[in-house]
Amino acid sequence: MVEQGLARVIGIDGEPDRRVEGLDDEALLAIHRSLVLLRTYDERSVVYHSQGRIGTYAIYRGHEAIHAGLVHALEERDWIFPSYRDSAIGLLRGLPAQTVLQWWRGHPSGWWNPQDVNVASICVPIASQVPHAAGLAWGLRLKGTDAAAAVLFGDGATSEGAFHEGANIAAVVKAPLVLVCNNNQWAISTPFEAQTAAATLADKAIGYGMPALRVDGHDVLAVYEAVREGVARARAGEGPTFVEAVTYRSAPHATADDPSLYIDPERVAQDRQRDCVPAFEDYLRRLGLLDDERAAAVREAALETMREGIAAAEAEPPGDPELVFAHAYADPPPALARDLDDLMRVHGR
Amino acid sequence: MSATAVGTRELLLVEAVNDALQVELARDESVMVLGEDVGRLGGVFRATAGLRDRFGPDRCVDTPLAEAGILGAAVGLCMAGWRPVVEMQYDAFSYPCLDQLITHVGRYRWRTGGTMGFPLVIRMPYGGGVRAPELHDDSPETYYVHTPGVKLAVPATPADAKGLLAAAIRDPDPVVVLEPKLVYRTARGPVPDGEHVVELGRARTARTGSDVTLVAWGAMVAVCERAADALAGEASVEVLDLRTLKPLDEDALLASVARTGRCVVVQEAPRTCGFASEVAALLAERAILDLHGPVLRVTGYDVPYPYWQLEDWYMPSVERVVDAMRRVLAF
Repeated sequence: MVEQGLARVIGIDGEPDRRVEGLDDEALLAIHRSLVLLRTYDERSVVYHSQGRIGTYAIYRGHEAIHAGLVHALEERDWIFPSYRDSAIGLLRGLPAQTVLQWWRGHPSGWWNPQDVNVASICVPIASQVPHAAGLAWGLRLKGTDAAAAVLFGDGATSEGAFHEGANIAAVVKAPLVLVCNNNQWAISTPFEAQTAAATLADKAIGYGMPALRVDGHDVLAVYEAVREGVARARAGEGPTFVEAVTYRSAPHATADDPSLYIDPERVAQDRQRDCVPAFEDYLRRLGLLDDERAAAVREAALETMREGIAAAEAEPPGDPELVFAHAYADPPPALARDLDDLMRVHGR
Repeated sequence: MSATAVGTRELLLVEAVNDALQVELARDESVMVLGEDVGRLGGVFRATAGLRDRFGPDRCVDTPLAEAGILGAAVGLCMAGWRPVVEMQYDAFSYPCLDQLITHVGRYRWRTGGTMGFPLVIRMPYGGGVRAPELHDDSPETYYVHTPGVKLAVPATPADAKGLLAAAIRDPDPVVVLEPKLVYRTARGPVPDGEHVVELGRARTARTGSDVTLVAWGAMVAVCERAADALAGEASVEVLDLRTLKPLDEDALLASVARTGRCVVVQEAPRTCGFASEVAALLAERAILDLHGPVLRVTGYDVPYPYWQLEDWYMPSVERVVDAMRRVLAF
């Protein structure tokens, strides 16, 4: 049921491809570069983890179409609120791979100023970024700008109170917000049917008085179209839109997870046949926009970004212990300076 | 203290809160007030009365009934350049928002390498003694003080209710302001007109004395002053109103105890890990040679706040404070 009635642009099962109005060849190739960069980041991160070069890592393989479709449907003035499953989405806004890698390495340089790229910090607790996005979008509208925001979260997040409160507030204040739910049908080991009795997550939007769109989350252009429609509504002052992008989690939840305890390997193999990156590459090839040479070049550029990123991350010296005490306050309580002095004294520094 | 105040008016404590909001909303266009029933009603205690009419529904916003959502939205409003002042309708109604407070409000500045400020304020009526139903009586300061990245102020007088709230609104960090609802409409005093700021981190000596220091905040300051009166002729009692629990004015605390050598800390909250314990630990660490006796705590008990027909047995009373002082004086 949850996989029925999904909007698509890229034809499957004998359906024809469509072109998306407003996306010229160059724009399609830009989306391709984004998809490949994200896929490469994810694949290399799993390798880096196995080599002990980054810490525990939340894998997003198969969800790149949601990230790329969303980012390309936004303008740079629009904000993005990622969950931890979307940790590398800022790369599409120009964040260095080094920065995101440092976040996963637990290094104190793994942060960015959200205002530089209009990408909020990675949100670790589930769904609690939804009210942030509602408030930010509302606040931008109150300031008289026409910028919008998009917030990413998973199917499990829709069970959280923070999702409900954020979605409700966004609708009440007509926040220019697109709520993008990556329904990959798993919350670690909990399947969709144990998460909700709703037939689809889009059904929840009715309760908030907001429209919902359901798309195939493997189809980057379907995601693009849906988010673009939501952003258009947002800019027109019509309030938030819910987008349910249905995928399937074909990778472990994170590097520390053993999905063999709960997942159906046949279903995983089936989903890998629907992989969003080759699906889009095949679409481009049918349009005559991609050949082996260009595909290899895009892949090599992404690999080079990752090689540079991990090298730069590993070249950074360890953080100073002073950073333990830094940045929590603009105007810190005096006791913190005393604590730092004492720590240095004990360790003879 | 601000130098721009030109005169004073006699105000109730809750009127002083309103005055601070009026002045700060007028002074800074990025300040906005949001919460449950703060607009049309002006708040259940009338603390925000008149703000919606004067500043409009976008700067005094009646929100949906969702404490965590309100504070979460305030995080986003900060990101958009606003300085939100969030009202939690009652102390215990703020517990749902602890999720946002702990996981985001106190951490976002740190999370962004110090680049993104969070100048938001959470203000709420707190404390017992008002003959209210369950969960309208709590003293939740420990939860907030225990959260890194957050400051906490608790006024005891109308002038401080205005000045500390103004300081909180102007502060670059998130500040929780607990307003003693017990004395919202009984504490009356002179309040400076116009801009009035009481710097965070500065205690107030409510009464000077030489034999014992009573340390308190919020509604317990008045209890301590009555206890000091009760001991008149027997001992000279200093009453130190901490005003902010974080940052704590350690210098004022240590200086007072250095003079008196004895200390009793009074709080409404349950005893275990209450802020009185922090004060006692600090004195044990840094003032042991000044002390002539143990630091005693007079607190609520480690039980749910009682039915209101029994609440006077729970609240620190003048009698209990006097008893503690006599015990430490006789030590």
